[in-house]
This record gives sequence, structure tokens and C-alpha cells, in this order.
Amino acid sequence: MHKFEFVRPKDRAAAVTIAAQAKTAQQGADIRFVAGGTTLLDLMKLNVETPGRVVDINRLPLDQIEATPDGGLKIGATVRNSDLAHHPAVQRDYAVLSQALLSGASAQLRNMATTAGNLLQRTRCMYFRDTAMPCNKREPGTGCSAIPGSNRGLAILGTSEQCIASNPSDMCVALAALEATIHVEGAKGARAIPFADFHLLPGNTPQRETILEPGDLITHVTLPAPVAGSKQVYLKLRDRASYEFALASAAVVLLVAGGKVTRARIALGGVGTKPWRSLEAEAALVDQAADLATYQKAAEAALRGAKPQSENGFKIDLAKRCLTYALKTAANA
Amino acid sequence: MSEQQPAIPQHPDLHRRGTSRREFLTTAGGVGIVAALNGRDLIAENAAPGGAAAPGNAGMVPVTLKVNGKEHSLQLDPRTTLLDCLRESIMLTGTKKGCDHGQCGACTVHVNGRRVNSCLSLALMHEGEEITTIEGIGQPEALHPMQATFVACDGYQCGYCTSGQIMSAVALLKEPCGPSDADVKELMSGNICRCGAYPNILAAIQQVRQKA
Repeated sequence: MHKFEFVRPKDRAAAVTIAAQAKTAQQGADIRFVAGGTTLLDLMKLNVETPGRVVDINRLPLDQIEATPDGGLKIGATVRNSDLAHHPAVQRDYAVLSQALLSGASAQLRNMATTAGNLLQRTRCMYFRDTAMPCNKREPGTGCSAIPGSNRGLAILGTSEQCIASNPSDMCVALAALEATIHVEGAKGARAIPFADFHLLPGNTPQRETILEPGDLITHVTLPAPVAGSKQVYLKLRDRASYEFALASAAVVLLVAGGKVTRARIALGGVGTKPWRSLEAEAALVDQAADLATYQKAAEAALRGAKPQSENGFKIDLAKRCLTYALKTAANA
Repeated sequence: MSEQQPAIPQHPDLHRRGTSRREFLTTAGGVGIVAALNGRDLIAENAAPGGAAAPGNAGMVPVTLKVNGKEHSLQLDPRTTLLDCLRESIMLTGTKKGCDHGQCGACTVHVNGRRVNSCLSLALMHEGEEITTIEGIGQPEALHPMQATFVACDGYQCGYCTSGQIMSAVALLKEPCGPSDADVKELMSGNICRCGAYPNILAAIQQVRQKA
């Protein structure tokens, strides 16, 4: 591990001031916030992340879960994944989020990992994690080892010629379907970012994974008021029954009335270069009969743009079946 | 620092013979570790992309950690993980290093009563917190019920993962967990046992839960 300076800022403003000296924003930057440390320390040991300064934000008062005036929920940046998953309001009103969180990592890691850290979780692509191999995300311009190499677990949606790394988060898939908002405090003040705008497609700049700027501190995430009567499911398919990243997953928030789907929010995990909200699947569901044929059409629509690599063509069918089954389960719940 | 005595009782016979296995390994390994660190430092400095934030306190940092109810005043390199600090600075070697990347659970300890992977946390992040290791939950003459039941159920083979398994299992007792074997397996999935002692580990945990 490279040497670094360990800093504990006294308040949010100090944290932002320190981080604003960084040359790039959070991921891969020379100044990094640390909360749970479960991604950052792992990558620092591999010399994939080499910050010269590590800013501990665990003592900042960012660990609360509170109701918002509009009936939604405010989730602090350093709320641990386990606390969020077991919070009564989350279990009652945002079940898809609780299910997604509990399907990720292990009990120990969920006790450490935080809301903001999970938003910035980095890919599990083996070439990104191996400094001996070319990787455009880790070292722009060196090439992608995964396209001609081992890509079974990698993305089929949102890829580019430069990068096919999949986003590994489960929490983010649920937050995409719940239309969360990410709140950031930065050098120019505070701002709110709709979830769909937060993560970037790799394009020609796979090293840039979010729209965060140097100095930006994620302070909290808000969820809109729950949709009364909505049925929620997170379904995750993987190589092992537990403690494994998704090959394909689906987050479904569904409203059914009179045998018809009246509202749908759909996101996919394990298959996209970012948490994959599917407006196409949603459009294929709304005002249609709540039956298997409709769900299959929605799944076809969600995967229409999929681009398989040499080893991960199976993910197209897997993701379709995953979404179809999740929709069926939600509608019958 | 007098409070930093090795916490593992040495067998008197080993002392009579001069060098314990652990002392030998520590001494012999030290040469290799120093050489490796020097090499890494050189690489780090040569490869540093010109102008990473100049480390101000990148040397040793003073910190006081509370482990098993006892305070330890230490000087640590900021890179020291909680795991390495427990094993190498405080000499509590019951906590094991398996993968060192949060994938095996051998390093599981409790921080403020919750189980965490000590390999993925910096020691400096835990000033003022209550850290509990396997040495803090029971001793050979007074085992924690989970330890005693692991023995009774033969919940191990080589024993390397056992302290992590037991620390996880003790924490699980206070977590939301359904009654079935499947519920326990799900919540214990972060602890890998390469010997495959899982059925006996599961039996031990369920036995303790039923008695509780």
C-alpha cells in the first residue's frame, strides 16, 4: 500500500475544503474520503487506488435516517448498509431497497459499508483490479483487457469500445427504481442530483464514473414518498446462493389495478456499466394487462440494446428471465 | 509499554527450550518483511504520479485503542489495518489473516458490539471504540458458550477460520435472524471454511440459539 496522510476533518466544510484540493473527483483521486473502507482499503492494498491523503468522514454527523416533510426518507451518507436494510421505514415502505442491501456482500461487510460508499462502489472486473494488466478505467489509454479476455461477469448494456466493466452494486439498482436523489456538498455549495444522472456511461472516459467534482461530499440520499400499494421485489441471480455479485438482478416497483399495470419502475443490476434503469421496460408495462406476456415483452424491451461479449451472451436470456420472474412475483405478492 | 505484553500464554516447556514457534517465526519473518517493505517504498515513490498530496503525518501516528476493555497507546503507520494492529502491535494473534481482502471472514472482530472484517479497516479509524477479539469473549478456563459448543460439536478441522466463525456466530445471536438453518447459513456466508466444517458449525450455532 502506498503511503498516505490520515486526516479527520472537524466538520463537513473542512472535509470539502480538503477534498477540493484533489485533482480529480472521488474515485481514483489523490484525496479520498473513507467511510466503511470496504472498497477503498481493498483497492489500496492492490495499488489500484493510491490516495496521498485519506479523509475519515466517519465522525461527521451523517449517520441518521429521518422522515422528510414530503413523506419521503432522508438517509445519511454514513448510514451502514445493515442499519438501512433493517430500518422499520425501509422495510415497510421501500422493501426493494432492504432486499437489495441484504442480498449484497456479507453480514460483516454490511455492518461497515455505507450509503455513500455503496454509491461509489467500483467494478469487480479482474483487469481493473490487476495493475499488471492494461485497463482504460484504471489507466486511461492503455486498452481494455476484458473485451478480448475474461468477460463472463461483465456488462452487456451501456458498454463502449473502451470499457465493459459492470457496476457491482445491489443497493444502487434499488435506488434507481425508487428514483432516489443524491445530495452533495461541494466547493460551490450544495446541490441535488437525480439518481439517473449520477453515474456516467464509460464512453471514452471510463475512468470517470460519476458526475462528482473534486471536493464533492455526498451528505445524504433522499427517497420520494412511497407509492401507496406498490409491490416491490429485488431478485438477484448469481453463481452462489449467498455472498456473491449478481450475474443479473432486477428491482421492480409495480402498481397493479384492475388487472392492469398502472405504474412501473424497473432497474437491472449485474448487466449494466451503471445501475440500469429501464424506461423501455416501464413503457412496455404501463397500461398493459398484468400477465406473463406483458412481462416477457417488457424484458425483451429492457435487453433490446444488449451487446454480448465472448463469454457473457448468456446474460441476455438470464436478465430477461430475471426481470420476468421479478415482475410475476411482484404482481402476485 | 508494559500493557503490550503478548496475550497468548506461552507454554512453559517452550520457554525452557529457548524460542517459541511464534518467536522464531516473528524473528525469521522479520528479515523478509523489512526487505519487502523497503522494496515497496521505492516502488511507491518512483511510481507516485508527480504531486500526490504531500504526506504530512505519513510517518507514525499516536493512537489509543480500546481492545477487550484495555487501552493500548500505540504509534502506528496510517496504513496499518485494524487486523495487523491487533496481531502485530497488540500481539493478539487469535484473530487470523486469511485473504486480507474481506472475502473470507477469518479476521472478524467486534467493533462496538458489531462484527466487522478487521482487514478492511484502518486502525486509526477506531480510536475510542470498543474492540472485541476472540481473546475478549472467553479464555481456555472460562469459554464463551459459543466456544464451548464449537468444541462439543467439533465445529472445525484445521481451526484457522474458527476464531472468525465464532466471532461471527456470537454477533449473530443479537442480529435479526430467522429460526431456520437456511437463515443461519445466509448470515454466516461471510465466513469461509476451507475444511468444510459447515454442518458442525451450523449445529453449534443452532444449539446455542436454542439454549438462549
